Amino acid sequence: MNTLNFVIVGHVDHGKSTLIGRLLYDTNALPTDRVEELKAACNALGRELEFSFITDHLQEEREQNVTIDTTQIKFKTQNRDYTIIDAPGHKEFLKNMMTGASQAEAAALIVDAKEGVQEQTRRHASIIALLGIKQVVVLLNKMDLVEFSKERFDQLKAQTETFFKTLDMTPAHIIPIVAKDGDNCANPSTRMQWYSGLTFLEALDQFTIKEKPTNKPLRYSVQDVYKVGEKRILVGRVEAGVLKSGQKITFLPSNKQTVVKTIEVFGNEGKKEAEAGECIGITISDPLFIERGEIACAVEQPPIIAQKIESNVFWFSSKNFEKKDKITIKLATQEASCRVEQLERIDSSTFEVIEHDATQLCPTEIGRFVLIPEKPIVIEDFNEVEELGRFVLELNGEAAGGGIVVSKQDKA
Amino acid sequence: MDHLDILENKSIHIIREAYKQFHQLGLLWSIGKDSTTLLWLCRKAFFGNLPFPVIHIDTTFKFPEMYTFRDHWAKEWKLNLIISKNQEALDRGIGYATHDAITCCDELKTKALKQLIAQKKFKAILVGIRRDEHGIRAKERVFSPRSENFTWNYKNQPTELWDQYNSSAESSDHMRIHPLLHWTELDIWEYIKRENIPINELYFAKNGKRYRSLGCMPITKPIDSTATTVDAIIAELKTTKTAERAGRSQDKETAYAMQKLRSLGYM
Repeated sequence: MNTLNFVIVGHVDHGKSTLIGRLLYDTNALPTDRVEELKAACNALGRELEFSFITDHLQEEREQNVTIDTTQIKFKTQNRDYTIIDAPGHKEFLKNMMTGASQAEAAALIVDAKEGVQEQTRRHASIIALLGIKQVVVLLNKMDLVEFSKERFDQLKAQTETFFKTLDMTPAHIIPIVAKDGDNCANPSTRMQWYSGLTFLEALDQFTIKEKPTNKPLRYSVQDVYKVGEKRILVGRVEAGVLKSGQKITFLPSNKQTVVKTIEVFGNEGKKEAEAGECIGITISDPLFIERGEIACAVEQPPIIAQKIESNVFWFSSKNFEKKDKITIKLATQEASCRVEQLERIDSSTFEVIEHDATQLCPTEIGRFVLIPEKPIVIEDFNEVEELGRFVLELNGEAAGGGIVVSKQDKA
Repeated sequence: MDHLDILENKSIHIIREAYKQFHQLGLLWSIGKDSTTLLWLCRKAFFGNLPFPVIHIDTTFKFPEMYTFRDHWAKEWKLNLIISKNQEALDRGIGYATHDAITCCDELKTKALKQLIAQKKFKAILVGIRRDEHGIRAKERVFSPRSENFTWNYKNQPTELWDQYNSSAESSDHMRIHPLLHWTELDIWEYIKRENIPINELYFAKNGKRYRSLGCMPITKPIDSTATTVDAIIAELKTTKTAERAGRSQDKETAYAMQKLRSLGYM
């Protein structure tokens, strides 16, 4: 059975970890001895059973009642398996939130019904949008604190829909819940009869797991070159399409043409085809010099070879970026130093432009970058081939920002 | 691709990234099911010939069956096997009869590894831990830097987006690389079945008991089980309500024992 990875995001104290604990408890996903261990840990701190302790495992997290780092945990419904990714809600830990969210293909944004939409609510929503996650459900939590009021729900629902619209997104469902008691989480609530929509779990079951782009033109990213006996094997991953032995390919950006001689998989000699997602090796018919970073492509259907890349990037580094600084782009196995031609600063919480022609970008801001790589980069629209449409920017060897490519770029 | 194919391919991708970034690489082999699966995946990634050594940290308190298994498969698979002990601590009489589990783990495992890394100048170590084993391990990164004194800075871990791994270990001493982080215990057994991976006999039930997780003999307890085959283990795991490491006492001595062990450099 395949697994759907989803991330739970939202402002600090709006109930992310509690919701996860409750879901695991209600779907019977917790080993008995772990529940016992949990009760003991809560007792030691003089508290009732605290569902958030299931994911908040660090001593500091439990004592201060705050999630510091992202966690992944599995559970299953009758329909399929899930990995829940818990993400911290503090501004200080945004990079951990992003680490978690980058592994997800769906997101649940949780909002405290009493406090309403807060700074990190909007910021997390914008990060979800920047990471290209389109399947989103909004959970209006702690409905017990607003007397299960339908009016409050409608008001918040309208507010949430408006700010999602500015991100060009529409949540699939907006659900009133009480995470600590389980209302509308795994089971329908008896305390909000006016709500006739889905429970959170039902909403999750409706999300789809993205299929690998097997029906797209071939893209094969070279990771490394191994010498095995007499063979030179180009190891890598099929990012899109199907790779076949005997197929004509072009390595880009170097523009060298050849034919796939063999597909190399240990223990599966004579394999003739490999599809998107497979990590394999190939040998080629011509003695070409090929290195990591080359992308083997279907000859007739070349990808975009970009001399310039425009994208919104979330800046999660703790250091400021100066426009004059060199920055490195990492996209699939490609790596290139870039200069920044243009930079616009955007507030990641209000989505307002702070400065059109900026010379600097600060932590937690969104930068609209125009990047000029020192050598052309093979890219695809993120919606077509994810692996070639997402990138990380490194500053002094450390990951500092990340984004996706969604608009068509200049063809070479 | 089915779900085992997805897991396998992701791991092979990570292993190859690891080798590309760090040629001074070693694989930590505890002889248990996870690191044996990891070893299997490495053999696949490198077409049967590992271009780096396999490390066994020998506390000298392992089960006899583990030593037999290690020596047999090291020879069969032509591994460059490094066996490493903290001889100085053993000479001082560190052992389970006289010392607590945390001290033994720290002295005989963590410090032994520390000595080896310093001596052989490893820049990265492949380790077969999984997120679902323990809440603390669930917070790990795939590429996880360790400082010179081996500490894991769990409050300030690097950002890791998609499958772009943090390659620079500038301020760090070495990188721990975790290619099995996304697997569950059940996945491991289903993969062992599919691939027919050799697995230590201690995992299979004898006289109503089997080991679910292997460690040092004095602190590793078997569970009640009648599972004598891989299929029976898979069936058992699908219904069990106890945790995998319930038989491993070093996790349990105090509520945050695992966090403390790991922040000191434990696996």
